[in-house]
Amino acid sequence: MATTLKPVDAVLVGFGWTGAIMGQELCEAGLNVLALERGPWRDTSTDFATGFAQDELRYMWRHHLFQNVADDTLTVRNNVNQEALPMRHLGAFLLGTGVGSGGVHWNGQIWRFLSSDFQTKSHNQQRYGKKAVSDYDLTVQDWGTTYDELEPFYDQFDKLCGTSGKAGNLKGVIQPGGNPFEGPRSNEYPTPPMIQTYAPTLFGRAAAELGRHPFPHPTGNLSQAYTNPLGAQMGACTYCGFCEKFGCGNYSKASPQTTILPSLMTKGNFTLKTKCEVLRVELSSDRKRATGVTYVNSAGEEFFQPAEMVILSAYILQNVRLLLLSGIGKPYDPTTGEGVVGKNYAYQTMSSVNVFFDDKILNPFIGAGALATVIDDFNGDNFDHGGLGFIGGAYIAGMVTGGRPIEMIYTPTGTPAWGLEWKHAAAKNYLRSFSISVHGSCMSHRGNYLDLDPTYRDIHGRPMLRMTFDFTENEHKMSDYLTDRAAEVARAMNPREIKLNRRTGSFSVVPYQTTHNTGGAIMGENPKNSVVNKYLQSWDVPNVFSMGAGAFPQNAGYNPTGTVAALAYQAAHEIRARYLKSPGPLVQG
Amino acid sequence: MSSQDKFSAQRPDLESRSLAQKITDHEVRQPLGNPPDCVPVAPTVEVNLVRRRLLIGSAVVGLGGVAAAAIHDGELGGLPQTFRGAVPWQEGTADAPPGVSGSGYAFFTPQEVAFIEAAVGRLIPNDPVGPGAVEANVPFFLDRQLAGRFGHGDHSYLGGPWPKGTPEQGYQTRFRPSQLYRAAMAAIDKHVGANFGSAGFSKLAAEDQDKVLKGLEGGEINLDDGVDSKNFFAMLLQNTKEGYFSDPIYGGNKDMGAWKMIGFPGAHYDYKEWVPRHGERVPYPTVGFKGRPGWTET
Repeated sequence: MATTLKPVDAVLVGFGWTGAIMGQELCEAGLNVLALERGPWRDTSTDFATGFAQDELRYMWRHHLFQNVADDTLTVRNNVNQEALPMRHLGAFLLGTGVGSGGVHWNGQIWRFLSSDFQTKSHNQQRYGKKAVSDYDLTVQDWGTTYDELEPFYDQFDKLCGTSGKAGNLKGVIQPGGNPFEGPRSNEYPTPPMIQTYAPTLFGRAAAELGRHPFPHPTGNLSQAYTNPLGAQMGACTYCGFCEKFGCGNYSKASPQTTILPSLMTKGNFTLKTKCEVLRVELSSDRKRATGVTYVNSAGEEFFQPAEMVILSAYILQNVRLLLLSGIGKPYDPTTGEGVVGKNYAYQTMSSVNVFFDDKILNPFIGAGALATVIDDFNGDNFDHGGLGFIGGAYIAGMVTGGRPIEMIYTPTGTPAWGLEWKHAAAKNYLRSFSISVHGSCMSHRGNYLDLDPTYRDIHGRPMLRMTFDFTENEHKMSDYLTDRAAEVARAMNPREIKLNRRTGSFSVVPYQTTHNTGGAIMGENPKNSVVNKYLQSWDVPNVFSMGAGAFPQNAGYNPTGTVAALAYQAAHEIRARYLKSPGPLVQG
Repeated sequence: MSSQDKFSAQRPDLESRSLAQKITDHEVRQPLGNPPDCVPVAPTVEVNLVRRRLLIGSAVVGLGGVAAAAIHDGELGGLPQTFRGAVPWQEGTADAPPGVSGSGYAFFTPQEVAFIEAAVGRLIPNDPVGPGAVEANVPFFLDRQLAGRFGHGDHSYLGGPWPKGTPEQGYQTRFRPSQLYRAAMAAIDKHVGANFGSAGFSKLAAEDQDKVLKGLEGGEINLDDGVDSKNFFAMLLQNTKEGYFSDPIYGGNKDMGAWKMIGFPGAHYDYKEWVPRHGERVPYPTVGFKGRPGWTET
């Protein structure tokens, strides 16, 4: 029997980036806020201090900061004709847990989506015709919000993180050295770009020779010391090469810990409870209002926490599962196309090109999570897709995040995975090779969705989430085209040889690709085609807000965190400006 | 609050209190603005003492045999905590890496030792270019991994049912890694006995060992007793490279020989000076968490 606790104004379910952002914003508005996090407390000096942060085995391969699938996992299949089976080991994506969650072990790649990315359907339909957005059973949609609406909130996140970069478009004026394809920015980046190491420099030079437009990757690995508007102080990155999949021991990577928690944790109207997992959102008898959440702590005690507002700020896979388990919104049915919860699950379409030199020492161990020179010439609709047979694109990055030897030794085509030949190739190429990353979009598709698994249950007896996903022909065509563009840059660097790692075959849960799962709780213009409105507010239960990349109707060719944060700030702004004065739907459905 | 009070949680009488007495879910720490005796730090330390090993001073001091009882983050068993009014932090509670201790084998039987030495010796053979896996102490690394949390499947989902699934669905067996190793080593020896008339994998000539390993890698060899040969090979190769290239505190990568071979300088923290020095060899000596031999030479 659950013990009923004292009511709060707002309960945050999960305490990573969006939980911290919403906690800060709602506490500043004077609300009494409680965050429930199922993982443990984490802080820099205790959990990933510089004395032991550079531990590839422990953090990357033994998952020290990641979600433990022994506690909670999901089932996966490529299509509805297969039986979904549990992801028994982490692989394709490395889920976060604990305070800060994925915000602790991300790369720090801070992107804004393109203006056209927010109108995937209408923009592409207008330019390429109706077929372009419906071929291959694509179910792409517009977002219901625009780049211009989100710009102030992207800007707010940049200032929070101290993002290092070079603007390419300041208030509509193209700037040399930045990304000329980006939407207009109201301000230059808070800190200058990182200094590029050898490989990204060579990449940029070759790309420029080909007529592309290279620029330094915008990054939350700071180029210099920075104090953010909340008074949090960050230090300059030391390029230690243990960034993504690791916590930063140097206070140099933007994370909830380095940017928000020093302020939020000291607020008297904020409470954090760790090792507390929300089981479901409770609804009133007419199911139009959330009354609070039921959670269980690691001692096995169950509580009902009444709340005026419920903010789902867990990872997308948890947010979508909680919506399904709580009966908020109509579940999506892929056979009829009816329903919305779980619809348009998407991912990221990744490929790469390895580049091998004989005569150049690249020192790959000097790296950072977002240390790269990038071209955006073939992302989104920055290029003419006429006759190509796909929509979407990718950024192409000459990137060196580190040289961790278990994960990041590149060997030429034809090298066996073991034996003397492998060892000799590793010894010969480690210092002289690097990888060009092709970070591709992933459109939504009628058959790709999330629902509850009929067989497998979690430790609380609840159905696991079931993921049904495969790459469509649109994604394969896009990825092949983009991988060829990356190979052009690679060849222009005059290496000894290159190796193309194309995106082939069905989605596999085994090799690591990226932790950019999107969709399932999508935003949109009306309740018929979306779960939440542009302020991430549930159409069905207006005192429930669902944060995160679950709101993306399809995924763009960028890392999601910048847009996840901007959407959260936009929601927070509207809640503070309008909802708190008059709780109810912020958009009429 | 005096520092004496701050560390009161280290007193044995407090440590021995029951779980229910220590932290209840209803407990709420008070803001810093409240009287000092309500500052949240002390109760936080209390929990940390249960959750982690207390490591005074440098993290490196704690390496070695102390970690066996530690309950790690992200695993079941941590206590619920409530925080309000301050950033919880306590000196001396760093979550340092566990490392390994001892020298004998804890998991492998003598017959398994022969198997594993032969197998990893073929996966990464020794020659003048760099150490082999045996020379890098990978068998010992594997032994400690399989005897410990990894072997127990502490980060694997093991619940049923257990249909085989598609290759894209990945590892699908009921075995924990330690069970898979044990079953696979026996099944491979059985296969070798039936097909090569040999007493075991370790007794085969190197080229026949390579033949068997390739057959496992490609899945052409079907093993008995529920062992998926491809799954096992993939895990063995991955774990072998882990032992070869991980920090020496885990028992492999002896003398950081694998790092020296490829030119990885180890656990350095600051490369700022070398960022713009394109194409130059970084002259830093190879270093692990416990330092390097030069630190103790006089």
